Amino acid sequence: MNAVTSLPVMAPATAEIFLAIVGALLLMFGVFRGSGGMRAPGWLAVLALLVAGILVVAKSGTQEAFFGLFITDAFARFAKVLILLGSAFALILSFGYFDRERGGRFEYPVLIVFSTLGMMMMVSANDLIALYMGLEMQSLALYVIASIRRDTLRSTEAGLKYFVLGALSSGMLLYGCSLVYGFAGTTSFTGLAEVFQKADGPSVGLVVGLVFLISGLAFKISAVPFHMWTPDVYEGAPTPVTALFAVAPKVAALALFVRVTAGPFGDLLSSWQQILVFVSIASMALGAFAAMVQTNIKRLMAYSSIGHMGYALVGVAAGNEAGVTGVMIYLATYIFMNVGTFAIILAMRRDGRLVESLSDLSGLSKTHPMLAFALMVFMFSMAGIPPLAGFFGKWYVFMAAVNAGLFGLAVIGVLASVVGAFYYLRIVKIMYFDDATQPLDGAVAGDLRAVVFGSAVVTVLFLLFLSPVYEQARQAAVSLLGA
Amino acid sequence: MMGDAPLLTLVIFLPLVGVLMILATRGDEAQVASNCRWQALLTSGAVFLLSLLIWYRFDPTTADFQFVERYEWIPGSSIAYHVGVDGISMWFVLLSTLLTPICILASWEAIQNRVKEYMIAFLVLETLMVGMFCALDILVFYVFFEGVLIPMFLIIGVWGGKRRVYAAFKFFLYTLLGSVLMLIAILAMYWQAGTTDIPTLMAFRFAAEAQTWLWLAFFASFAVKVPMWPVHTWLPDAHVEAPTAGSVILAGVLLKMGGYGFLRFSIPMFPEASDAFAPLVYTLSVVAVIYTSLVALVQEDMKKLIAYSSVAHMGFVTIGMFTMTTQGVEGSIFQMLSHGIVSGALFLCVGVVYDRMHTREIAAYGGLANNMPRYALVFMVFMMASVGLPSTSGFVGELLILAGAFQVSTWLAALTATGLILGAAYMLYLYRRVIFGVLDKDSLKALLDLSPREIAVFAPLIVLVFWMGIYPSTFIDMMSVSVDNLITNYKVALGHAGTAVAAR
Repeated sequence: MNAVTSLPVMAPATAEIFLAIVGALLLMFGVFRGSGGMRAPGWLAVLALLVAGILVVAKSGTQEAFFGLFITDAFARFAKVLILLGSAFALILSFGYFDRERGGRFEYPVLIVFSTLGMMMMVSANDLIALYMGLEMQSLALYVIASIRRDTLRSTEAGLKYFVLGALSSGMLLYGCSLVYGFAGTTSFTGLAEVFQKADGPSVGLVVGLVFLISGLAFKISAVPFHMWTPDVYEGAPTPVTALFAVAPKVAALALFVRVTAGPFGDLLSSWQQILVFVSIASMALGAFAAMVQTNIKRLMAYSSIGHMGYALVGVAAGNEAGVTGVMIYLATYIFMNVGTFAIILAMRRDGRLVESLSDLSGLSKTHPMLAFALMVFMFSMAGIPPLAGFFGKWYVFMAAVNAGLFGLAVIGVLASVVGAFYYLRIVKIMYFDDATQPLDGAVAGDLRAVVFGSAVVTVLFLLFLSPVYEQARQAAVSLLGA
Repeated sequence: MMGDAPLLTLVIFLPLVGVLMILATRGDEAQVASNCRWQALLTSGAVFLLSLLIWYRFDPTTADFQFVERYEWIPGSSIAYHVGVDGISMWFVLLSTLLTPICILASWEAIQNRVKEYMIAFLVLETLMVGMFCALDILVFYVFFEGVLIPMFLIIGVWGGKRRVYAAFKFFLYTLLGSVLMLIAILAMYWQAGTTDIPTLMAFRFAAEAQTWLWLAFFASFAVKVPMWPVHTWLPDAHVEAPTAGSVILAGVLLKMGGYGFLRFSIPMFPEASDAFAPLVYTLSVVAVIYTSLVALVQEDMKKLIAYSSVAHMGFVTIGMFTMTTQGVEGSIFQMLSHGIVSGALFLCVGVVYDRMHTREIAAYGGLANNMPRYALVFMVFMMASVGLPSTSGFVGELLILAGAFQVSTWLAALTATGLILGAAYMLYLYRRVIFGVLDKDSLKALLDLSPREIAVFAPLIVLVFWMGIYPSTFIDMMSVSVDNLITNYKVALGHAGTAVAAR
């Protein structure tokens, strides 16, 4: 084997290699600079993420690297662009927060860079081992980020909870991988696909392995019944960290979900489809019903994201080209709505302190008309009301479900979206129909305003960009499933 | 075809230009409010004038869609921005563009807080309504159809009465629940027919079994919107709590979206299912006509009474269109236009006294004929039109519908006709209690008669009521070719289905 003697092909992974080097350099920069806040390394990290994004989109076609462990294709590129955008936005949102709360440390942007690197490796994984490496890299960085404010009880508690439950899910995932390896004889996705093509039906051991694998992944995207950690971690973690959790890792884990189910296990559709249908229905329903009674906006967003993962899973469960296309479009709309919403949550301050209760939003339309309008746009969009972005995400995932004949799933899904509309409307009601009790602080930092405004514009005008986004998403689906 | 300018696109999106102008308005609060009112009025007036051009250039000799525009939206999936009007939808476009400036004029003094947002909401609503009636792509239709919920939710919730939050939520969630089922049906149609293009779908023949399910899903949406008994309960709440102009748009245009939906989708696309479900529609409509008329008889609140009368009148409409006779369908379209103007005007009449007295209790009024003669006259015209007095618009629509119903079943016609009697009862009873009687309440004695602005609001509506009642040909001639085409295609489709069954 010349694999041992020659260097592996690395060119397809230039973006990842670049990020790894930048992460290490930023760490050195921070250590040698000593104190001095996180703005300088932070903006450098944002710049690095953007450069990595350019490196990602500069490639074309499907290429493998590291002896087939790593693959870059249109699907991975689409997901990576979303991940990089999500991480960059989350990083920008955190500057003002850490300035005020005085918890800013240079490790924070470095950790975000490393977790983003892990996420990019996840979506490019072409082997169970590469999958696990990427997943652990992002998870370990995120555990630390969750408890970055080590002087507050809530943040450390959130980090610990996230770590314990995340470790459990990683364990399940790894156990699933080992079972799959044991019964299929290979860890390579390409190899697995070949094995399943030939086999008449999967053995019991394989199905058990697959179930463990899916459970581990469901944990990472906080799908029901593996969602319990989400509200606590969302509420406990510092808000900019929650914003990060709500977007980038979700995109990465869901993309990985799609790659694993549609790629190597694509021929076992009948074995995993019913599991995903159940998980999807349960997530949509729980997300909709549990969010109704929340009074803390971060907890509400946690249930909202559980629901959204349910909708995205509708596309995964369809398991066809339309489904993958739908999931990618859904994720594209999802990150903008969430980033914008969290930027507004970060702008909710009274007497200089962050407030998180829903009732604190009352009368926002009078005191901050533009913020209220933007939040209304995000809420209607999340409820899936046209002509906003969220509707088109739902349109494409349900389109896939109908195409796959999953009428029951589609009907339950849209009914859950009506229930979900209730709590999104409740936020609009609080802002527009109720009178202000105590107004929030007037001034909103410029960077927050820019993020809010940008994501609101994207959400409103998404229908104009639908055509190119659809085309990219379709190419991603084709690259994953084959023409 | 005719003209060079993209007329429909201009009419659809011109209100949004007004929104941009309003957004750019700066200055102190009173100044901004006044500017916004004028900008909104001028914009919607310009839109109305532009839409008259559609009427002027419309060719009534063809059933084809006219002023068609088509731009690729999502390549490779047949989804396109495709608009056009035929003899049916053109009238609803005109109805929407007529009622919007009237609504803005009617809220001139009634709305004092958040004027800017209010005017923006109305102009956005106009874009969505007109776009919905023009849409020739089912996704474009759905986007506009659902989008209407957002401004209407805000109009009810922000500027509404005491129970506005409850009413706004009920309105939104009821209609959303119906529409999402339609969404699934649209997706199913897309995968079967491979297109979202409405003219293509109208020509596509869905399998009989599929039609049943698709029809039911569309019915879920349109029946809530019309609204048909028993899913009408959101309407009285929404009407009572909405500001006057909101009620006018709700009764005038939003209810017609359901009726229009039946004519555009359910009947031409699922003819066999429409035929099979016609008795269901008749039953629900007759119940609506009789039951809600009786309910209207005992109302204490003026707006609620008119809201229930809307349900009864829309029951006429659904009966007429499902008879699939020329008279029935033309009558139902005519009745929708007439009802749009008459019930809108009745809500405006309530608004006139509500603005002065801030109560809608019927018992709080009486004897207004003494100090508000002009108001009494205007109210009487619309009350008579609602009852269906000959020479008013209501008469033509109801007569045609009854003529259509008679061809289907004598019983149907007889039961439907009871609605006329009950309608006369509750409207006359309302009129007697509010306008006639002794003017013995001190608070009422100081009321002023209609202001010039209010006369300007009512004048065009009065003209239309008599025009439609005395010379209905203006309106019916424009729609008859499209209606005949609809009925012919329906009969042909049923004939095919009949031979298919016979051949088995």
